[in-house]
Amino acid sequence: MEKRFVYADNAATTPVTPAVLEAMTPWLMENYGNPSSIYSIGRASRSAVEKARRQVAAALNAEPGEIYFTSCGTEADNWALKGTMRRLAAKGKKHLITTVFEHHAILHSAGALEKEGFEVTYLPVTADGLVAPAELEKAIREDTALVSVMLANNEIGTIQPIAELAAIAHAHGAWFHTDAVQAVGHIPVDVKALGVDMLSLSGHKFHAPKGVGALYIKKGITPDIFMDGGGQEKGRRAGTENIASIVGLGEALTLANENLEANAAKITALRNRLIDELLKLPKVRLNGDRLRRLPGNCNLSFEGIEGESLLLRLDMAGICASSGSACTSGSLDPSHVLMAIGLPHEVAHGSLRLSLSELTTEEDIDYILAQVPPIVEGLRAMSPVWEKIKDK
Amino acid sequence: MYSEKVLDHFTNPRNVGEIADADGVGEVGNARCGDIMKMYLKIDGDTISDVKFKTFGCGAAIATSSIATEMIKGHTINEALSLTNRAVVEALDGLPPAKIHCSVLAEQAVKAALADYYTRQGIDPEPIVGHVKRDVHEGEEEGEGCPSCAACDR
Repeated sequence: MEKRFVYADNAATTPVTPAVLEAMTPWLMENYGNPSSIYSIGRASRSAVEKARRQVAAALNAEPGEIYFTSCGTEADNWALKGTMRRLAAKGKKHLITTVFEHHAILHSAGALEKEGFEVTYLPVTADGLVAPAELEKAIREDTALVSVMLANNEIGTIQPIAELAAIAHAHGAWFHTDAVQAVGHIPVDVKALGVDMLSLSGHKFHAPKGVGALYIKKGITPDIFMDGGGQEKGRRAGTENIASIVGLGEALTLANENLEANAAKITALRNRLIDELLKLPKVRLNGDRLRRLPGNCNLSFEGIEGESLLLRLDMAGICASSGSACTSGSLDPSHVLMAIGLPHEVAHGSLRLSLSELTTEEDIDYILAQVPPIVEGLRAMSPVWEKIKDK
Repeated sequence: MYSEKVLDHFTNPRNVGEIADADGVGEVGNARCGDIMKMYLKIDGDTISDVKFKTFGCGAAIATSSIATEMIKGHTINEALSLTNRAVVEALDGLPPAKIHCSVLAEQAVKAALADYYTRQGIDPEPIVGHVKRDVHEGEEEGEGCPSCAACDR
């Protein structure tokens, strides 16, 4: 089989598509005006930003005035958590609830808040990678200011029962935030149906460029200002607008939502083929609930091998993927998500995440399916761990 | 992040396998931390006539085991005993700081196999081989995962 380049790490980032780039370019060199300026090119920039705001609002079933552009998903998460906790502390609410398997943008924000004196409860997740509403019922208190649960997990792709969780938070007078960075543009996301007060999203997960995101803040919800400066974003998020990227985000999200159902059906079929075929290898497990998961997510553990060596071999074959192995996380511990769903260390070390997009083809899947089994077999053949477990 | 030399040894590891009638076998490492090395030695007189290895681990773990086997094959036991992790790192044209512990594992795998060789001869290996660190993270608290240790420049 001829070597090809297969990008199967769309949960990490996606390429900007030609239509998105085309929408962006006029706002870099021709119409470079500052949206806060009153002359013509400034007004043109303002109307471009406001069009993008309407596009994002329409995609989420929100009002344009509820969309605030940020520099990325991480900033949106930081703002939602720190802004809310600092605001509601004045009312004596100093308790935050989140989960053990959030993205580090949430976990490290929560950690920073703990250092400031806030109390944080981390809800567990089931072996299938789902948050049980009963756990939130147990943890929530009268002084809980905010509950933050991700809409879809970035490693195992599991989709959480957000509407149910948000209803519990509201019944106890708490605000509800969801990190929807992995979900927006991939599954239907309707802020009213979900009942969330705040929602974070990031452009580069759906073919907008890196460096732009947004926070939906429901009317009447007032987290503290996170970025002080000029009066941009109604005075709540200062900084001259990143016009070209904001335009790209609006366009990319509109395109993603227009094609959402067709793309999801196509990607899900490709992903199911990938999962079904790879599960035929011995001692392989699928991480995360099979049905309640993002269309493009395939996360498997191959027992007896270590993820980084698997990624290196795949890279040599032209395949880009990722792993929850410690060696790829920059620490010596495997992924906190895989540990949270109860995997033993050695199984977590052998994980592989393949994440697809609508740009993935049947030929790409053929190629992955031809490359992965011999690579796994080769690494297992030289593994003293495999030698011990293979016949068990 | 990896040198050409590391990638070469990772892609085409030397001396992979087992020796059925080995004179000494040593296993070091810890699956929790993601690396285990097993080394097999065939010894004639005081010469290491053959060596094979099996490794579960990252690219650096495979590369350090591979080059360590090359560095001791055909050499005397004394030469093998003087193999240091630093020499392994240098032979590979360097390793990223977080991967230095893999070179320590390779050094300890050789020592563990030699200790086994002496034990089989009825000789106490400790005075000759020294203390073998079977787990480069040994001495660390259980349940802490694998935090920084003396083996890593972290």
